[in-house]
Amino acid sequence: MEPGLYHLLFISTALFFIGVFGFLTRRNLITMLMSIELILNSVCLNFVAFNKYVWPGELDGVFFTVFIIAIAAAEAAVAIAIIINLYRSHRSIDVEVAGELKG
Amino acid sequence: MNGSAIIFYGLGALTLVSALLAVTAKKIFRAAIFLLFTLIGVAGIYFWLNYEFIAAVQIVVYVGGIVVMIIFSIFLTQQSGEKLPSPPTRRMVSALVATILGFALAGLQIWQHHFTGDGKIVIEPSVLNIGKRMLGTGDGGYALPFEVVSMLLLAAMIGCIVIAMRSNNKTT
Repeated sequence: MEPGLYHLLFISTALFFIGVFGFLTRRNLITMLMSIELILNSVCLNFVAFNKYVWPGELDGVFFTVFIIAIAAAEAAVAIAIIINLYRSHRSIDVEVAGELKG
Repeated sequence: MNGSAIIFYGLGALTLVSALLAVTAKKIFRAAIFLLFTLIGVAGIYFWLNYEFIAAVQIVVYVGGIVVMIIFSIFLTQQSGEKLPSPPTRRMVSALVATILGFALAGLQIWQHHFTGDGKIVIEPSVLNIGKRMLGTGDGGYALPFEVVSMLLLAAMIGCIVIAMRSNNKTT
């Protein structure tokens, strides 16, 4: 069977929910950030697949993907700065340790 | 089953298997390496789709930038030989149920929907076309978002420096 849009959508859906699974089970901030990267990648894959198979007359999916990658890079940089700062103050990057704001 | 299909299924299997290992690996450094292979697999799928520019951006930014940054932060924040604690069974089961139900629902929606192309003339995603569109100000141009993203990157860079800077005058 020739691979087409539905195969790509299967891969991106599976990648998205693997990311969601990792986000729900992990309690370490760096691994949660890695799960978010997986989710963003699945979204990018979706945009490119739809641009190729459903909307080939424009390049909108390409630009959305480029901007998502740029914003993901900025987000990862800020998240890692926050993680390093949290490690300095708490000596741990487990999300359960940082509970000062919990009611 | 021709060579193109075999390459596609190989790339898909590489992506999904290493993604699964990245979210379940017990050692955090191995999880980062499996994430690297997932991103390479996604870049390979972009190459397979003939979107070379996106694939190059994916490799340069994700594989060359974000994963290296994640590995650096792993080295800065914990002993790399240390094992991560495995999640409690209750959280594991509820996450698994939520994930499988969500996957089934989304898969059902995709399977029942019939996608049709718009039938327009295909624009090749070559670097020439992408560059003309990205810096174009007319219809279908992306000059304004391009500038906004550059401002966002500058703000994020300054913000990172401010957040991660060790303050010397604070005595607490």
